[in-house]
Amino acid sequence: MLSAESIAKIDRELAKYPANQRRSAVMSSLAIVQDEHGWLSKESISDVAAYLGIPDIAVLEVASFYNMYELKPTGKYKLTVCTNISCMLRDAHGIVEHLEHRLGIHCGETTADGKFTLKEGECMGACGSAPLLLVNNKDMREFLTNEKVDEMLEGLK
Amino acid sequence: MPTIEIDDKVIEVKAGSTIIEAADSMGIPIPRFCYHKKLSVAANCRMCLVQVEKMGKPLPACATPVTDGMKVFTRSQFAVKAQKSVMEFLLINHPLDCPICDQGGECELQDIAVGYGASGSRYTEEKRVVLNKNIGPLISTDMTRCIQCTRCVRFLKEVGGMMELGMVGRGEHAEITAYVDKSVDSELSGNIIDLCPVGALTSKPFRYSARTWELIRRHSIAPHDGLGSPIEMHVKGNTVMRVLPREDEAINECWISDRDRYSYEALNSADRLTTPMIKDNGVWVETDWQSALEFAATRLNDIARNNPQDIGVLVSPNSTMEEAYLAKKLAQGLGCGNVDHRLRQSDFRLDSKHIGTVWMGCNISDVQSMERVLVIGSNLRNEHPLLTHRLRKAVKAGAELSLLNPIDDDPLMPVAHKTICAPDAMVNALAQILKAMSVMPRYAGHLSPAVSNLIDKVKVQSGPQSSAQAIAESLSGSSASVDLVAPRAAVLLGNIAVHHPRYAEIYSLGEAIAELCGASFGVLSEAANSVGADFAQVLPNADAMNARTMLESPRKGYLLVNVEPELDCHNAHLAAKAMAEAECVVALTVFKSEALRDADVLLPIAPFSETSGTFMNMEGRVQTFSAAVKPLGECRPAWKVLRVLGNVLNIPGFDFDSSEQVSREIFGGEDPSQLASNRLNNHLYDSGVRDAARVNDETPNILQRIGEISLYQADALVRRAAPLQKTKYAVPLAAYMHHAQLAQLGFQAGGAVTVSQGNGSVSLMAQIDDHVPIGCIRIAAALKETAALGDMFGPLEIKAVEIKAA
Amino acid sequence: MSPSLNATLNSVCFRTIDKPNPASLETYRSLGGYEVLKRIITEQTPAVEIINELKLSNLRGRGGAGFPTGLKWSFMPKNYEGDKYLLCNSDEGEPGTFKDRDILRYNPHQLIEGMAIGGYVMGAKTGYNYIHGEIWAEYEIFERALDEARAAGLLGDNLFGTNFSFNLYAHHGYGAYICGEETALLESVEGKKGQPRFKPPFPASYGLYGKPTTINNTETFASVPYILQHGGQHFLDLGVANSGGTKLFSVSGHVEKPGNFEVNMGLPFPELLALAGGVWKGRKLKAVIPGGSSVPVVPADVMMATNMDYDSITKAGSMLGAGSVIVMDESTDMVKALDRLSYFYFEESCGQCTPCREGTGWLWRVVRRIADGKGRMEDLDLLTDVSTNISGRTICALGDAAATPVLSFIKHFRPEFEYYIQHGRSMITG
Ligand SMILES: Cc1cc2nc3c(=O)[nH]c(=O)nc-3n(C[C@H](O)[C@H](O)[C@H](O)COP(=O)(O)O)c2cc1C
Ligand code: SF4
Ligand code: FES
Repeated sequence: MLSAESIAKIDRELAKYPANQRRSAVMSSLAIVQDEHGWLSKESISDVAAYLGIPDIAVLEVASFYNMYELKPTGKYKLTVCTNISCMLRDAHGIVEHLEHRLGIHCGETTADGKFTLKEGECMGACGSAPLLLVNNKDMREFLTNEKVDEMLEGLK
Repeated sequence: MPTIEIDDKVIEVKAGSTIIEAADSMGIPIPRFCYHKKLSVAANCRMCLVQVEKMGKPLPACATPVTDGMKVFTRSQFAVKAQKSVMEFLLINHPLDCPICDQGGECELQDIAVGYGASGSRYTEEKRVVLNKNIGPLISTDMTRCIQCTRCVRFLKEVGGMMELGMVGRGEHAEITAYVDKSVDSELSGNIIDLCPVGALTSKPFRYSARTWELIRRHSIAPHDGLGSPIEMHVKGNTVMRVLPREDEAINECWISDRDRYSYEALNSADRLTTPMIKDNGVWVETDWQSALEFAATRLNDIARNNPQDIGVLVSPNSTMEEAYLAKKLAQGLGCGNVDHRLRQSDFRLDSKHIGTVWMGCNISDVQSMERVLVIGSNLRNEHPLLTHRLRKAVKAGAELSLLNPIDDDPLMPVAHKTICAPDAMVNALAQILKAMSVMPRYAGHLSPAVSNLIDKVKVQSGPQSSAQAIAESLSGSSASVDLVAPRAAVLLGNIAVHHPRYAEIYSLGEAIAELCGASFGVLSEAANSVGADFAQVLPNADAMNARTMLESPRKGYLLVNVEPELDCHNAHLAAKAMAEAECVVALTVFKSEALRDADVLLPIAPFSETSGTFMNMEGRVQTFSAAVKPLGECRPAWKVLRVLGNVLNIPGFDFDSSEQVSREIFGGEDPSQLASNRLNNHLYDSGVRDAARVNDETPNILQRIGEISLYQADALVRRAAPLQKTKYAVPLAAYMHHAQLAQLGFQAGGAVTVSQGNGSVSLMAQIDDHVPIGCIRIAAALKETAALGDMFGPLEIKAVEIKAA
Repeated sequence: MSPSLNATLNSVCFRTIDKPNPASLETYRSLGGYEVLKRIITEQTPAVEIINELKLSNLRGRGGAGFPTGLKWSFMPKNYEGDKYLLCNSDEGEPGTFKDRDILRYNPHQLIEGMAIGGYVMGAKTGYNYIHGEIWAEYEIFERALDEARAAGLLGDNLFGTNFSFNLYAHHGYGAYICGEETALLESVEGKKGQPRFKPPFPASYGLYGKPTTINNTETFASVPYILQHGGQHFLDLGVANSGGTKLFSVSGHVEKPGNFEVNMGLPFPELLALAGGVWKGRKLKAVIPGGSSVPVVPADVMMATNMDYDSITKAGSMLGAGSVIVMDESTDMVKALDRLSYFYFEESCGQCTPCREGTGWLWRVVRRIADGKGRMEDLDLLTDVSTNISGRTICALGDAAATPVLSFIKHFRPEFEYYIQHGRSMITG
């Protein structure tokens, strides 16, 4: 079941598109539902499909195509470090190593306390402020240094 | 029309066509995987790359439209280099498991690889492995073999009407799958096996049972619905191993329904009757043909000598024309006029009013170019799985589809207008449509006085609930610009209409509506040979008994040709009772059947795969086929059995050496199609039935049954096709009703109820199905579990089963 | 070297950047913002006049392909009855590219005005701006700017009391580089996977929801109001032959001050490098990818002799692309760099067409094998061959984009690859 809050947000997105093109709101709907639950379960995906009136599989296609949707539960904070060329040139891998060391996990893993998931990401369109990472898809932390990373981890309770 | 040149050959092609279409029409081979002429163009496999003059890049032939003066080279070095490189890419992640792959020998990848592949692989990295999916009982998957051509995805979306498969993930991780743990449930699903160019999707029932080169291909005609799809039976030894479509643009295009594809699984079921049997003091004993035939002949003769009208002859509408005709001829030889094939019809008031043989009123291929269609009484996908796709095509092209039906099941296409009402209310609903149409200025005064009077008092309901006005407007085309000379409109009656207790009025009103707006009008015939049996006059003589009255007033003797009475007849209860009370029941049957428990002699006949014969399909097309395999055991083609029975009974005119001789007699030596086109006619002689119509009836406030026949219960063969019975169409039997109805009756979903019709009753579970209108309970017919019930449509009583305290 | 073109820094798309509250409507209006829109709508300026002005300006699409914008706008069917659409491509996800983000962040109203002008010229009543999923803060800034514009009567129905209406909405991506390809972007707005469509038909005849559609890059749209404010000739004169106007260059990698610099077309590369503070840590320049990860890499000496405009960079053997300048110093391991780039294309391939789906994985695995010290000499020819086999045989240009780095890295830095193969380790980092 979609929460009333999610439905209200989805309706706002739906208003952007022609009435017979509800499908256009699928990406924002999935993002809204993921914000609420942290990830997209099979049920969430079906709920979105039902609400938009499109087949489940069509929604799964979308949810599995775009990188920022999570089809498995993640930690409370998902940290996605860009390691693409511009970031790599400014030692994004050092940031990844530092995070791996601090969190005691490898990329793609979640800490035992369920707090952090660490991921490597592709270009985020912000190469000028490399190295950088995203917290839960929406909160970008730029010009990273090990010290800044430590500070950030402190702040994420 | 642009002129183009392909490999130095010049051709004029239709503007807007693609290079591959042009090449195909010239017989120039271009390799391809994703392209399929019946599906949208994806242009993703890139196998069809060709060289086009002045273009620096090779272009996909499947997606590149021709332009005037274009010069195409399909075999130039430039083109072949591109094709070979694509082939190499396709193979790097393809498993090397051809020796154990069912597709081996008929694999498009294998075939094209022979022409375009390199001998060794330059790819030394690890190959991709994709997990298999379980997508149901009909299709088996080996997804590592998939080359992502998406033909299956496009088929289900575009032809099947519902997106059931998708390509999830992206890049190299992209894979074809159904939603999480869903199966592929389309009634046309098996076609994706044929479409899959590799061995990723293969037939589950057929899996590992034969190699393609061991199979002999024999032509036949599918025997389950009025479409008559041409099929190819693949035979190994004396066994049909699988069934594939043959291509006929006018009938099935290149598809077949799952029913037509998998019913062969019943051909060798344990139920097959392979020796004649006689009941001796209540015990079945095997016997030889001679004794069985003499037994049958003597018993029938005994009854006939006394009074030939004490015999009733019931013929399955899936019997061939030859079989049906000989059954009729035999009855006549005995002096008996009680012959019928319309086993599930219950209203025969139109008998003697038909001018000709009833058919669908247009050609099958016309359906897709209709602009406005009214379908009356049809659960389309259930009844006519593949024909429904033609309708879907029409709707996709912009046609307005209107439905008048007692069930609101989704036809998987947009429905412009619909009236979903209790069966009893359908007549009035039709009268409303006619009325609404008749008062339109352009039709003013067009109705005959008789019909005018008839609907004089009919009130066209207004308001959102009523779609009569909308349907009338849609059909008459008042919302669009209409071609008044040959309007592309049709009014079609489905199986539910034909089974309806007031078929006569539904037919009459439907015809009047069609006549008024110039639409074509007809019946989507239920069985493989409904039209053919009608055509061969396998109908009661004037004043003789029809399929219903023969059971209502039980006969002393019955001759059944491939009939399981309580499953194939309209009123199961009456049918079972009549058989039980008869002195003698002679059954020509493919199967040992519980429904034949009261028979006295069972004569094992050949199913369609083991006999030759002729079917006439819903558009009156005459199609003859021969046996694909030899009859099993002692089975004999039914036409031969009837011939010998005629001989034993000393009836003259039974000297046939072949089924062709029988069919020649049926058509009087004339050209069958010529004759058919002369005789097919849906008009009625007079408006007698219209006068009798109680069109003003308010829906009586009693519960009615909707006794629908589910897709895989339609005939003896499909009932025994095990894989089909495992699909989700084998819906659990229950008394289905609208949730409001359930509440009103005070039942619980899942609670036990007793349903009674006439003298019979059964215990069922009550379940919710909001596709059923209020006032109705949907209880499937053609099932042994509901065989104690009566009419498929009609009043019933239902009460909760009291749970007795212990 | 000190920059000689300071005077023209940030003069078109970034003209609000130094103002307080740069993204606000107020700031934009203080620069004459929305006046062009008001003028053309109320005066009913003929569309062809505007298109001619754009043609004169020689504005070329800033999304990478450099297609003349005036010409593109003239392709939209004029007498089409029914909806037409305008789409802005703010999906920048090509490694090295981050300019559109700063337009959204610092000057969203200029983009909005540019799109509204486009709506007027092309007869589209609805527009969408497709914003890269990862720059959520900018998506929100843009949403706020839209609200502001709507409230001020600059977007919506019957603008300035005329019968012209234009509605504009933001649509966000969620992590797929391929959606920057214009037809993938259309699919994505339609709520599908971002799989590019085969062309023809082109978006101008069959675009969003099957309707005529024009897609332009953020910077392209944002340049339009300026051009119409100051005239096509003025814009043309800012640049050099064949490359009118200014260009945003995103400089990233081994420089002291990475960032965006809006400069006049034709600026010598060394001056751009100087604007970005020069190569960092006092190191030497090794190579530059001048237009985003999909264009050929250029060795330092050639680059230092090149000007930043379309023709010059083409002459240098690469492409201006989106103006994304990735700077690599002498410490860069070119095999590892290529490994990362190849992985990107492998990861981002949409997967529909065979050469790209299969080929990008093949390329990356071989490069990775070399970087792991397990390369074979014949791998270099194999990589070249596989790249050539992908190029030009796919539905969209991602296939070519994946092949280009492989071909150019091996071409210019072959010894580094051979060293890896022979010694099992890097020539640069050991
Ligand atoms: C793989 C791929 C990625 C692309 N990414 C972008 C992008 O992020 N932003 C962009 O404006 N154009 C991108 N393009 C180019 C667009 O397809 C299109 O040409 C452009 O948006 C047109 O706008 P313009 O004429 O204003 O440049 C990309 C093209 C390809 C093939
Ligand atoms: S080239 Fe790659 S990204 Fe582009 S359509 Fe083909 S598979 Fe998709
Ligand atoms: S057949 Fe043309 S691309 Fe597949």
